[in-house]
Order: sequence, then structure tokens, then C-alpha cells
Amino acid sequence: MTMMDAAPAAMQPENNDRAAITGLSAAMAKWNALPAWLRWGLSAAIGVLVLATVQTVTGDTDRLTASSASESMLRWSIPVLLAGLGGLFSERAGVVNIGLEGMMILGTWFGAWGAFNWGPWGGIMAGLIGGALGGLLHAVATVSFGVDHIVSGVAINILAPGIARYLSDQVFTGYTGGSITQSPRVESAGLLTMPFLAGGKIGEWKSPDWLGDIAAWDIFFLSDMAGFTRGLFSALSYFSIIALAMVPLSAWVLWRTRFGLRLRVCGEEPSAGESLGVNIYAYKYAGVIISGALAGLAGAFIVIELTSIYREGQTNGRGFIGLAALIFGNWRPSGILVGALLFAYPEALSLRDLDGTASSALRLVIVIGLMAVLARSVMNARRADAVIAGVLAAGMTLWYVTASTVPDWFPDILPFALVLLVLLFNSQRLRMPKADGLPYRRGS
Amino acid sequence: MKMSLGRRFFYAFGAPLLAAIIALVVATIVMLISGSNPIEGFGDMAENATRLETIIDMLNRATPLYISAVAAAIGFRMNLFNIGVEGQYLLAAFFAASVGGSVTLPAPLHIALVLITAVVIGASYSGVAGLLKVTRGVNEVISTIMLNGIAISGILVWLVRAWADDSGASNNIGSRVVPESGRIPDLNGAVEVFTREISKGRRLTGVLLIAAAVGLGYHVLINRTRFGYDLRASGWNPFAAQVGGVPPRKMIFLAMVFSGGIAGLVGMVEILSTKFKYDQSFVQGLGFSGIGVALLGRNHPGGMVFAALLFALLDVSSGVLQISGSASREIVIIIQGVILLAAVVAYEIVRRIRERDEARLTAEAMRSDSKDAASSASSDLASA
Repeated sequence: MTMMDAAPAAMQPENNDRAAITGLSAAMAKWNALPAWLRWGLSAAIGVLVLATVQTVTGDTDRLTASSASESMLRWSIPVLLAGLGGLFSERAGVVNIGLEGMMILGTWFGAWGAFNWGPWGGIMAGLIGGALGGLLHAVATVSFGVDHIVSGVAINILAPGIARYLSDQVFTGYTGGSITQSPRVESAGLLTMPFLAGGKIGEWKSPDWLGDIAAWDIFFLSDMAGFTRGLFSALSYFSIIALAMVPLSAWVLWRTRFGLRLRVCGEEPSAGESLGVNIYAYKYAGVIISGALAGLAGAFIVIELTSIYREGQTNGRGFIGLAALIFGNWRPSGILVGALLFAYPEALSLRDLDGTASSALRLVIVIGLMAVLARSVMNARRADAVIAGVLAAGMTLWYVTASTVPDWFPDILPFALVLLVLLFNSQRLRMPKADGLPYRRGS
Repeated sequence: MKMSLGRRFFYAFGAPLLAAIIALVVATIVMLISGSNPIEGFGDMAENATRLETIIDMLNRATPLYISAVAAAIGFRMNLFNIGVEGQYLLAAFFAASVGGSVTLPAPLHIALVLITAVVIGASYSGVAGLLKVTRGVNEVISTIMLNGIAISGILVWLVRAWADDSGASNNIGSRVVPESGRIPDLNGAVEVFTREISKGRRLTGVLLIAAAVGLGYHVLINRTRFGYDLRASGWNPFAAQVGGVPPRKMIFLAMVFSGGIAGLVGMVEILSTKFKYDQSFVQGLGFSGIGVALLGRNHPGGMVFAALLFALLDVSSGVLQISGSASREIVIIIQGVILLAAVVAYEIVRRIRERDEARLTAEAMRSDSKDAASSASSDLASA
């Protein structure tokens, strides 16, 4: 949805649609003047409208806006969201964290170990601590010893699976159901279904399911909206609620507190911070350790809420997708949330999409997205972008017309492909922290 | 100003030694925690390492590690991180096996065709990242990570099924099998000239020669050609290089393409001399290990040979530790990770000590210069 809030166009219209283009950019300016929450809400509504339209036009699926889709989307987005927020704290402090994947692996192992011994909340704490230890290692290497950030991250990604496997061999093989590659089953932290909105229970009394009722009316867009929203409020894990609360919390800490200001100085202009007496090393350490802790939480979430078990290799590159969400979200918490939800959506759809119709219809959604990019590029007179978007949209349309089903790997690669697309069209608009990834030494 | 021999030795070998010591200490601690005897463990490893079979296994393992390290090193020399070696070599191996498996040609031509296919595919896939970087300013670390994901969970999953060799009734579907004429002969004959016969069905891979050629080519390219000079110059100071007439975009693109081309060869040990096909149990993770080897060997053609041999020895030893019961095999991955982290930290420490020493020496020289030119000359002579 970040594609929607475009900056005012560079005014270089070369054709005679000048009036129309001026009108469009005036509309854009008005759009940008809206308050952020309204823009996000409207963007989401436009997204659902697109999904509902595609659903109605193709007519062979009703899963795109079903509450099961949004429910799974939310659940599957949490690990990516937490990893992305982890990356945010590290990179805002000027340390690139490729090691998120490794820290997440530590989080899965420690999460399972803690959950097995002390229940889900113990697992959450243990995962957090395990990830934070990984962060500490990264901080020692990059901040104290000035090792290149990518190098240290790669080393951690090599080290972490080895540690997890070694620890499993030492600990889990002793439990029934455990082995060197997996833990015994662990319990979830519990689910909450919102009363009234999604028909949750208050005590023993089952409240009415208002949104569910509206969704059952089967009215175009209105029912879609209701169904989709209902999914966001049903079977919501308490762990998910905590993770979602991290989004405003991170924004508040980073942009509204003294700690956050100093942390961001480390990522933008550390020498300026140093001259004002900020202990840059300490703040970088704090940022990277928080980053590891959040990545560890992401790992613990996978174990406790998604799979109920630790299994080797179960992070499956989600740390890297978290990094992708960070970039997609332009190093901002709200953007990371949008990125995580977008990346989780195809995966969530494919879970219940045994006949592949929903994933197939998703291709039309992508075509519409590419058309929007095309329109924007034409408006901004960026010919290369327009040509690329046009070719991609045409190719996707051709694929949709010629093949009625999509292969099962299609949802798996969509997050990666989406990030490449966003970088392809938006890399000039993304702004990473100025001193991100640069080595820093006190007094230099 | 001349430095003492001891100091120069420290600058050159201090870091690897320090890293080895740290790794030994960590390995000892881990073994003690898991209740095994470290002396026994290291003893088993050392005893095993002197066997001819182990040396053959080690060389077979070091071969792809070394090629992967060279691929990463080409990028590093230009401050480019090609994290995508993983995806590039898997994709290249699949295409090379498929092309090699669908033709019959005289032996040298057939092998050459497989190798060329691998290089072209590897180079094209990394070229995508290079193109994205020079035309759209997309950071290569991010784009190669994403391209890895697309190659491994998308393209390969799709093509392995679409082009599957359905002649066998195996669950392990894979590419076509490269026929006899496309297989590279082993080097057992060469080994037996010098030593006893290799037992237990071990075969020293002929791809070792390709790895040697890659290493030599890398050395010549980087240190003896104009292109290599431009590459290093752009890596050290892109702006100065640009002022000196080196086109930065072209260098970035070419470095990515070269890196990917070499990456394409990483899977050739399996394709040309052990399994002759790409299947679902194809060796993975060599791309990331190669980055480790390149870092450990400091991107130096000779240094990476030692680093690759060390990592390969550790890999090969893991099985022995397990069988002899002296330690669990996971300890080897931990040792590798620790060596890597310890090495990069140690290099940084040694660099800082060296910088400080040089600053001190320069300051001393300036001071004696300003005092008396004649006495400084004599002190120079004295210290020399």
C-alpha cells in the first residue's frame, strides 16, 4: 500500500494530457494531506475492494476476503513482523543485521526449551533471552571490534544452527518425543476471539458474531470488508497481541523518547552524537541486543504459536523476509507491519487453498498492482518504470490467461519477488539510516 | 624504518593463530560441557587426519569450498557482497546436469559443455543482481538474498518436477543423469604414483584441477591484469578510481558476473564426478560456507586454500567424532562458526595494533627528523 502515498509528481508532462495529470497530482497532494491513520485505513479498504472485485470477476473463489484468510495472514505475519522490528532497532542504531535469521533460530530452540519446562510464557522469555544472546555476540563483533556487519551476520547464521543442533542433542534427545532435530510438543499461550465483533465468549456466554453476520449477507464489498475484519479479531493469540503492540511501542520508543533519539543518532550521524556526549557504543549495544531479543521472540512465536514444536530449519528464511519487510517498510514500524502482512497473505491463502483457485486469482491482484505502478510512472513521467511495469503486467496477464492454475511454489516466492519489485520501482524513495552499516570508532 | 622480524610475523600470522587458539579453547569447553574427553576427541581427529582416505575426502570437500570462496572473494575485492552464491550454484548445477544429461558428445567436449552451461547460468543469475544494482541502485546484499529465495523455493522446485527424469522409480526426483562421456575422470591414478592404492572406494575428484585453475585464474586476474587493478582500485576507493577513469557501474556489473560465473562451478564435483545429477539431496549450504572460507583466507588465493582445507578437514572429521563417540558431530559446525568469528575479530585486532605501531613509528621518525637529519639517518641504519 506504500505505493499509494506517492510524493507530488515531478512536473514534466510531455504529452497533452497536462490538465489530467495536474488533476491527478492535486488529488495526490490531497491524499498526502490526510492524517496517517485515515490513509492507512483507506489503503486497506482499497486493498479489500481490489480483492473483492477480483473475486467477483473471476467467480471461482471466495477465499480472498474470507475471515480465515485474514486470520491466518495475521498469525503468519507475526514472525516476520518481529524480525523486521528487530532489524529496525539494529539498523536505526547503524548496525546492519543479516544475523536475524541466526538469532531467530536461537529463539526457536530456546523458546521450545523454555516452553517445555515452564509453559508458553517461560518459552517466550527464554526465546527472547536466547535471541538477545545472539544479538550480544553481533554487538561485540561489530561494535567493539569493528568487524564488518555483513561478515559477522553471516558468521552468526552459520553458528546458530550448529548451536541449536548441539543443544538439541544434549537436551531434547533425553525427552520423550524429542530428538536431535526436534523437541517435544509445547503448548500455545492461548487464543482470544473478540466478543461481539467475531463472536467470542465472555465467560460461558457466547456473544453475537456481528461481523460474521454481515459477512454472511453476501453483499459486494460490505460483506467482504466485514469478513476480512472479522478474521483480524478471531482466534488471536495473546502472543500476537503483544507482538502487535510492539509496533506502536517501537515507534514511541524510537521517535518520542530520549533513548530513541540517541539511538537514532548512532544510525544517522554518530560523530555528532559523540560530540554531544552520547555514549555511542552503549546505544549501539542496546540497539543490537534489542534487535536480537525481538528476533528471538519471532523464533519463539514460530515454535509456540505456529508449529507447537521445535523442528530444525523451521525458520525457513523468515529472518531474511523480516529484513525484506524492514526495507519494504522504509525503516519504519508501520511500514514493517504492512510489509509483514503483505508477505504473509499469499502464504496464508495457500494454507486452505487446496484447489489453488485463490492463489490463481492472486495473479490478477498483482496485475492490478502493477497497473497502478504503471499509472503512477506515467504520471511522474518515468518512462523506464512505466515500460518495466507494463511488460511485467502484460506477462502476468498472459500467464493468467494461458494457465488456469498456479504451482504450489508460487506463494512461497511471492515475498521475495514483491521485495524485488518494490526495490525496482521505489529504491530512490527508500531512505535507510545515513550511517547504517558503516564502521564507527570512538574519536574518529 | 624497518620492523622487527617478530613483529612482521605477528602481522602476517598473528590473527589466524589467535583464531585457532580461541577455536581450540571453545571446542575444549564445549566438549567438556557435553561430558566427552577433549584430548581423546582431538586425538581421534588428528589420528584420522593422517589416513589417506581422510585426505582424499578432505580434498574432495575442499574443492567446492574453495571454488565457492573464490566466487565470494571476487565480490569482496570490490566491496560487493554476493550472498547469492548459494542460489547461483544450485541453479547452475541443475541446468548443467540437465544439459549434460540430454546430449552425447565426445568426452572433452561434453565436459566443456557442462562447465560452460554452469558458468553461463551462474553468471546470468548474478548478473540480474548486478543489473539491478547499476541500473536501479538496488543493494546487492538484499537482491541476492531475494534471488536465493526465488531460485531455491521457486525455480528449482518447479524445474526439478517439470524436467524430472522419470525413468527410475525413485522418490528422489532429480535432473537427467550425465552419461559416461560427460564425467570427469578421477585422479586416483595420479595419487597412486606417489603413494599406496586408495582403498574403500575413495575417488579423488578431477574437479580438483578445475579448482586449481580457478585459483590460478583468480590470482592472475586480480594481481596481474588491468581489470584486476581496476577492481581493487574501485574496492579501495570508488571515487578515486572513477576520477582515474574506471567506470564504476561497469566494474560493479562485471564483478557480479564474474563472481556468479565462478559460483556456477561450485556444484561441479557432484555433477561431474560423484552423483552426475541434481536431485533433492543435492549438497546445500556451500555458498555460505564459501563466504566463511573467503573471509578466513582474507580473499587471498593461497590463504583460501588453507582455509578451505581447514573447513573440509573439520567437515570430514565430524563423522569420525560421532563414530568414535568422543564428541557429537554438531561440535564441528560450532567450531567452524567460532573460527570464523574469532578470525574476523582477530584480523581486526591485529590491524588496529599494526595501525597504532605504524603511527608510533611515523611519529618517532618525524621527531628524530626534526631534531637532526644526520642522527635520524644513523638511527635508521642502526634499526636496520
